[in-house]
Amino acid sequence: MSVAVAGVAEHLKAAGRPLLVPYVMAGVVPDWVELVREVAAAGADAVEVGLPFSDPMLDGPTVQRAAARALDRGARPRPLLDELAGLDAGVPLVVMTYANIATTLVPGRGVAGFVDHLAGVGVRGAIVADLPLEESAEYRARAAEVGVDAVLLAAPSCDDDRCREIARASSGFVYCMSSMRITGEQEHLASSARANARRLKAMTDLPVITGFGVSTPAQAVQACADADGVVVGSALMRVLVDGAGVGAVVDAVAGFRAALSSASPGE
Amino acid sequence: MTEPDATGRFGRFGGRFLPEALMPAAKAVEAAFREAWADPAFTTEYRRLLTHYAGRPTPVTECARLSRALGVRVLLKREDLAHTGSHKINNVLGQALLARRTGKRKLIAETGAGQHGVATATAAALLDLSCTVYMGEEDVRRQALNVFRMELLGAEVVPVSSATNAGTLKEATNAALRAWVNETEEAHYCLGSVMGPHPYPWMVREFQRVIGDEARAQCAELLPTAVPDVVVACVGGGSNAAGTFAGFVGTPARLVGVEAAGGSAVDKGVLGVLHGFTSHFLQEESQVLEAHSISAGLDYPGVGPEHVHLAERGRAQYPSVTDEQALRALRLVTRLEGILPALESAHALAWVVDAAGTGELPAGSTVLVTLSGRGDKDVQQIREHLR
Ligand SMILES: Cc1ncc(COP(=O)(O)O)c(C=O)c1O
Repeated sequence: MSVAVAGVAEHLKAAGRPLLVPYVMAGVVPDWVELVREVAAAGADAVEVGLPFSDPMLDGPTVQRAAARALDRGARPRPLLDELAGLDAGVPLVVMTYANIATTLVPGRGVAGFVDHLAGVGVRGAIVADLPLEESAEYRARAAEVGVDAVLLAAPSCDDDRCREIARASSGFVYCMSSMRITGEQEHLASSARANARRLKAMTDLPVITGFGVSTPAQAVQACADADGVVVGSALMRVLVDGAGVGAVVDAVAGFRAALSSASPGE
Repeated sequence: MTEPDATGRFGRFGGRFLPEALMPAAKAVEAAFREAWADPAFTTEYRRLLTHYAGRPTPVTECARLSRALGVRVLLKREDLAHTGSHKINNVLGQALLARRTGKRKLIAETGAGQHGVATATAAALLDLSCTVYMGEEDVRRQALNVFRMELLGAEVVPVSSATNAGTLKEATNAALRAWVNETEEAHYCLGSVMGPHPYPWMVREFQRVIGDEARAQCAELLPTAVPDVVVACVGGGSNAAGTFAGFVGTPARLVGVEAAGGSAVDKGVLGVLHGFTSHFLQEESQVLEAHSISAGLDYPGVGPEHVHLAERGRAQYPSVTDEQALRALRLVTRLEGILPALESAHALAWVVDAAGTGELPAGSTVLVTLSGRGDKDVQQIREHLR
């Protein structure tokens, strides 16, 4: 199935394996577009591309540092997105960012301008961390019109009714927030991760992907006992901000892939 | 001033732009506030603390010598005389009572000048709550005395910096919001101004409206016209101005909110989203800039949503003044009246001094200025600049 015609959900379902969605901060290194391509080739099922923001409310120290590094290099959201145009990574790209970027990316055009721009450069989905259900109507409507999937997050703190609403309003996949914490590596997978994923799985046919704090291949396998896949962010970005090259990130992604693919279902 | 709509908006501004993880917490704060504000037991306790603990009502002072020098009649609403030295205590006592009512054991706060941090640490001590205050590294340096006060009061002060920013109120607010994500169960986020996600801009205004309501009644006694011609307050996030304006918005008084030149968000800001609300923010290429002011309390790149709404409707105006203008006014008022204003309040005074000079304030007009705080905290800073 070609990425260009299928939605993110169709692509992910067709993968038929525990899903791996690595996070790459756009602009974090000069050859970040190449990094996206290599990460995809190393076994990703989709790539979450972060757009750097000065004030990332939901991000811990590692992603903050990655954003700061990109911004210090002079990287800015608009030109970064334009660098993605023409990239065929073979898997869908899903942009993750904050509402200020979504509302100001195209001056005067608000969130509609943002999703139009994403569609224009071939991005297939979007996650806007601080655009909750109540504030997302225009964004979701426009995204649906131009064929960009609007992925919503469901937190452990949401009650069941709200979770169901979020699952219904989401497209592409449902982002299952593992715990009531900002992003960052954790020693153990939070118990709320599996509980939240189980709850969401019962509410939707969309893939349910767990993120926030998934730090090791073993934790990824654990999370996938209930979820359809995992997002891995800080554990990968730490490698980069600590000074290792992109090769080390690609190796880490391959490690996650191997662990997920060799784990027997339901483990 | 009105209640925000169901989405928490004043006109186009406000709302609740939060990660899902914080939505239940923000809604719980709103529900608790609505219930408490309608409960006489809560408001009675709140008023009791304002009177017997914070020292309200604060007086209105006629400035005879300053008035003579400027050719306009200047009255000061003396929030500098409230306990802990600024208007911040009004809001914090309300929120601390709310925290206790909802069973929270801890207060989280951000602070710029340190006044909101000191007020929060004070209320936490009074009500036996634990307290963590996030403060930009630059402000920790500028306001060392207030850091020490907070620590004496038993609060933990966490210095905040980021790789790209100097570390002022914006960074402190980011850190406090992140802490709230991690601690929603135990902690109440005691936000310090009329900003942040709904219900904060509205709730904080309601807690601060005591300034304007008192001043209105005091002016009715003092002035033959009952209402001053102009009402002036400085604007960081905008809480002392919102509280002051709330008492006069239904009168013919001209409302003036004075911003710092390096933080004039109403005027120079771009419509965007930060810290949970939509308003005007200083920014470039979707990145929010740091504001720059000699006054740590005005170092905020945005402004409360209701203020932009008042500006858009033409009901209030928001000029800005420079560090130099503020320092000059501070010196003048201190010498003429024996009152050392906070650097923040000196901005409001600076506009009055200069507008009287240019005739923008017609000779003989009556001006009420909210003196949001006392300058004791700024003495070190002022000394460095005037030397
Ligand atoms: C004395 C004083 N005045 C004014 C302000 C500005 O805040 P706001 O505009 O919310 O009243 C501060 C903030 O720290 C302050 O300490």
